[in-house]
Amino acid sequence: MTEILSGNDLCLFRGDRCLFKNLEFALSEGELLVIEGPNGSGKTSLLRAVAGLLEFETGTVSWDGVPVRKNFQAFRSDLVWLSHRVGFKGDLNILENLKFESGLRDSDQTRLADVLERLSLSGIADLPIRVLSAGQQRRVALARMLLANARLWMMDEPFTNLDKAGQVLVKDVTREHLLSGGLCVVASHQPIEIDGSTRRVTLQ
Amino acid sequence: MTTASGNHPGIWSGLVAVIRRDVLLAWKRPGDVLNPLFFFAMISTLFPLAIGPSAEQLQFSGPGVVWVAALLAALLSLNSLFLSDHEDGSLDQLILSPQPLPLLALAKALAHWLTTGLPLVLVSPLMAITFQMPAGTISIMMLTLVFGTVSLSLLGSIGAALTVGLHRGSALLSLVILPLAMPILIFGARTVSLAAADDAVAAGIYFLAAYCMLALTLAPFATAAALRISNE
Repeated sequence: MTEILSGNDLCLFRGDRCLFKNLEFALSEGELLVIEGPNGSGKTSLLRAVAGLLEFETGTVSWDGVPVRKNFQAFRSDLVWLSHRVGFKGDLNILENLKFESGLRDSDQTRLADVLERLSLSGIADLPIRVLSAGQQRRVALARMLLANARLWMMDEPFTNLDKAGQVLVKDVTREHLLSGGLCVVASHQPIEIDGSTRRVTLQ
Repeated sequence: MTTASGNHPGIWSGLVAVIRRDVLLAWKRPGDVLNPLFFFAMISTLFPLAIGPSAEQLQFSGPGVVWVAALLAALLSLNSLFLSDHEDGSLDQLILSPQPLPLLALAKALAHWLTTGLPLVLVSPLMAITFQMPAGTISIMMLTLVFGTVSLSLLGSIGAALTVGLHRGSALLSLVILPLAMPILIFGARTVSLAAADDAVAAGIYFLAAYCMLALTLAPFATAAALRISNE
């Protein structure tokens, strides 16, 4: 299978500290990359650097065989991002926030009702984000991923703040995404078991 | 995975979405809009009380005071331009969106102008009256303020982007912005003074318009670059 997302000879510094060097990874369609390691090992930094929010000291990340640095646009139109800070406006309600997202990236709004139903958000869609619990806010962030027509999902600690049902939900939607040919990069200190091909990067 | 039913946002849809969102946010939180406006109105009404009722003195100092008040009001509100986006993670989403970041930065600056600069221009005739400016100068003053406040929103977005990752970056923001804002202040206030003295004002207005165009074309790129650095 051809590699879609790959990293070559990656090295990252935060301040004077070298988090990792000579790091390599490659991911094909339908594969999951799990970034593991204890707190402070640089999981989030690696994820942010692959997404392009941080600069690697050396090395290149390639998307579809083209270095991301040469074609940010193509990479970003295939990327959706989920992290601790959900990136929604507290004063706007769920629908307003998701509508804003649809102006930024290619998304399928016809699925909106189904996605909200599945994430148990239907009844609270007109509530401002700030009155929602942390777990519910994470569910809204999941809605962003499900609506986006993006091949690559990048998730930083996707299980944080979610209840049991929510955690199962994350695993289910990730599995479906992989089955439909998507790719997924997850940074997590919780073990993730998703059958199919899972690759791992372990940071010390 | 791109499906036929998906919408494909064009190059301007991100700009429109950001402007719409920020104006909507300002609408839901009117305090953020009213604060700088109130500040502007306070300065412009307190000055005549302190200077005294002499029409000559008021007319002499009016343009300068209105312009300084406008500049400070703009600075006051610029601090928060990217702060909440940075704190709630929206900035990550904007940077990682497929939309060109300079366009999104332009949208942020334009939304800032719509919610602070434009109201300020609209209340400025009231200030002109408190300074007993001749009626004919009011339109000139508003025109210079339009160009000036647009430029300030754009220049300010560079400073706000540079200082967004810093705690208490407000003093630094002023230091970064003020030197760039000096020409606007000098030409703006001077043009209004000239108008009050029935002198030729075209040169000043052309300069302000040119400065505004320069800011419109260059500032979004600088802001985008600064955002990428600050958001590490």
